[in-house]
Amino acid sequence: MSLITTLARLEAVDTGRAQPLATVRHRHLTDRPLVLVPLTTAGEAGAPLGALVGTDREAPRLLAVAQPRDRDLRFAFLAELAEAVLPHIEAYADVVEPAERNETDPATGKKTKVEVELCTDAGQLIVPSRAGVEFVRLLGRSMRFRRTAEDDPDTPYPAPARVPLLGRWLTHYGERARVPGSSLLLAATDLLNRHWATGQSSLEDQHLGALLSWIDPPAGSSGAEAALRAELARDSEGQLLCPPAGPATDPDFDNRLLAPAIERYDRARTALASAEDGLAADARLGELSGAEREIRSLLARVMLPTWDAVWRGLDLLRELPEGSRAEDRWTRDRWSFTAHRDRVRSGEPPQPRRDDAVTAAQKLASRETAQAQLEAQEALDDPLVLAGRRLAGEAFLATVTDVEMTYTESKRPSPRPLVTVRTDERPHLGERTKVYRSLEGKPQTAEFVRAEDEPDQDGDVLLVLRILDRMGRGKEPAPGSVPEPGDRIAWTLFEHDQRGGPKLPDPEETPWTHGGPPGADAATRAEQPDPVTPEDLL
Amino acid sequence: MLATALGSPAPFGQSQFAFMRGNAFEAKVKADGGAELLRLLYERLGGSSAAPGPDVATPDLSAAGPEGRAARTALALREATAAGGWALLDHPMLALEVAGSPAYLEPDAVVVHPDGRWTVVEIKSFPMIDASADASKVGAAARQAAVYVLALERVAAVTEGAEVGQRVLLVCPKDFSNLPTASVVDVRKQRAVTRRQLTRLTRIEDIAAGLPEGTTFDPACPSEELDAAVAAVPPAYAPECLAACELAFHCRAKSRAEGAVETLGRSVRGELGGLTTVAGVLAAAAGKEGDPADPTVAALRRAAALRAEALESAAVLRAGAREAAPVAGAGAREAVSVASAGASDGPEGAAACR
Repeated sequence: MSLITTLARLEAVDTGRAQPLATVRHRHLTDRPLVLVPLTTAGEAGAPLGALVGTDREAPRLLAVAQPRDRDLRFAFLAELAEAVLPHIEAYADVVEPAERNETDPATGKKTKVEVELCTDAGQLIVPSRAGVEFVRLLGRSMRFRRTAEDDPDTPYPAPARVPLLGRWLTHYGERARVPGSSLLLAATDLLNRHWATGQSSLEDQHLGALLSWIDPPAGSSGAEAALRAELARDSEGQLLCPPAGPATDPDFDNRLLAPAIERYDRARTALASAEDGLAADARLGELSGAEREIRSLLARVMLPTWDAVWRGLDLLRELPEGSRAEDRWTRDRWSFTAHRDRVRSGEPPQPRRDDAVTAAQKLASRETAQAQLEAQEALDDPLVLAGRRLAGEAFLATVTDVEMTYTESKRPSPRPLVTVRTDERPHLGERTKVYRSLEGKPQTAEFVRAEDEPDQDGDVLLVLRILDRMGRGKEPAPGSVPEPGDRIAWTLFEHDQRGGPKLPDPEETPWTHGGPPGADAATRAEQPDPVTPEDLL
Repeated sequence: MLATALGSPAPFGQSQFAFMRGNAFEAKVKADGGAELLRLLYERLGGSSAAPGPDVATPDLSAAGPEGRAARTALALREATAAGGWALLDHPMLALEVAGSPAYLEPDAVVVHPDGRWTVVEIKSFPMIDASADASKVGAAARQAAVYVLALERVAAVTEGAEVGQRVLLVCPKDFSNLPTASVVDVRKQRAVTRRQLTRLTRIEDIAAGLPEGTTFDPACPSEELDAAVAAVPPAYAPECLAACELAFHCRAKSRAEGAVETLGRSVRGELGGLTTVAGVLAAAAGKEGDPADPTVAALRRAAALRAEALESAAVLRAGAREAAPVAGAGAREAVSVASAGASDGPEGAAACR
């Protein structure tokens, strides 16, 4: 945490309200995000308990598993989840615009432009917390290797038709969520924590209810009081008024309400199985559906507060205007979405359990680039973020006092104006350090020449910079491309556009030190579905 | 109980689903005299010994009281080591001195190898998916196993030919099934850290000696008395306490009331140098207190000035945008108010799905 963030947190403690950490919204929000509030069974890895899902805050779709240890019920849940999520994703898959992509021709090695499709928008998924993002990954992993009866008629316990496809999409979303600045799959807590500093620690900020209490406390109450209520307050039955945002449930809820309800359901099911005549069976079927309804309403009761909290968080975020470069990052998300759509359509197999060496290295490199790019773009979009970089000596604000034209000493001299600026800041400048400013959205480079003299009584120093580019091809710089005296300009020491590192070899060229090229053992490497056990105790 | 009596009960507890699942998994791993467990252990830590056959010793460790069980465990370990075969000790009892008083520990299992090596086995019910498990859970399991290793070393020191393995076996469910899989975890580092911390702990007698005469922590006492008694032992609250200690909510309330900056995290304290209270930091940042020559104070003032400047410029920018496009601005505000009205009647609307 930087000092400026710490200061914001301390101010929040003092005022009893969260303080802004950003003046614009740094993540793109689509018009129709799909909100997913999942719950899982305590102690089980792949046994979802229920979910609320939908794009309409007034009409969430409730999915529930009455007995999470029953494979058929779990499959029914996943099939229903696929019906709720996949249409949302597929609605974006066919609305495309033409775009161009650079591709290297494998025959000639030349770079050529290729006309491709790019989805004009992509399905956005919002979950309540970071644990929810991990759960989406886990669901994806548990589903994508399943076989349906159509894939393989001999498979034992075939999965419902669209479940493996949902697994592949959720895996893609979960994987994309690890790219800094991406917005395909977002956690509400992460979104809110990016834009506000509360008066509690970042550990406590993972509680969605407490976090919202700090940002938007109820009238007449301080953030700390409201947050404490969200954390601890219980009703007369001993249940939390603000249930955990999941996917884990409150142990008290499990023990006092859910476990007895599931037991009743199990009993009703056994009774139905042993019913002897149609009349008795009818009565017992009624009992069974009553027990199921009870479980559904219990689950709805603990998920609805979280559902509302996520939407309230989105409202708060929409009040902030979107940062101008967030759109650019969303375009990258759209590319990623389109690329996965193409992989699915071309019949490629599901994502492997483990990436090969080249893919893993590529992912890491692209995430590093995305991180650097995100940091630069947020600072350029937002004076408050820039203030943090200025405090760290990575950027400075300066007023131009003098401009002197000089030229390179080549046959065709180019302009290299020397700009003298005045600032009270102390950036970490060394000789020939490159600094950048934004000129009509494009970065202009200058290099540091010298500091003019000792600080005056106001603590101001004069710095001399030499402008290096973006002045046109002629001898005289293009109009507007050179700063003028009186201009107040933000200079950064970091680059605005991040370039990726050197290209990595193709998978076929993987050296033996990194596992060697795949292929020789490709047949054995083909991903097998998870083995299923006949008894269904998870 | 003490926390409840103080009025800040800690929200701990275990779901019975997790509890049942943990027990069922452990029973499955240890079924048939631990055959599956020993197979996993031999595969990963067997060394040059012969594979465990059906003649694995599983000594009975039941005895009265923790001392009795600990003595029985020590005896069983000695016998098994002398016998020179494989032995599986199911839930042995070990004693370890913590801050001057004995603590009793119960590992899931300890296996004695034919060469006299003892290995701690930890059975956990979190899954190992594609051969990797949640790092924080594995870390916690390693720390727990390191304490068992330390306790076992005390017994091994007085047993001839015995040696405690520094690598423990972690057994978890494989992927999404209930089939066990295992991984070897090297706990040398955790063991060294724990041993150092144990020697550094203040002895309980020394803490008790520092308390005023007649201090009691009996939860039956009136809450003011208890409050004073608990306050007599100085706490060192940090947010990490919330995950581990029943008294954490009590300490947090006290710490917040004092305005201690650690309530925001341990790292915050390091950043703020000699300033320890929220009010002190804010006063220094506002220029009301503090020595400007102090680098922390200077940095704080600069941070405060930069932050104020940035917020102001953003407000001016937004006001300018509103003036430039009054219609659009009003529209946006209206949209927001409509949206928040929607939020307030959300529960009723959402109730439709029940």
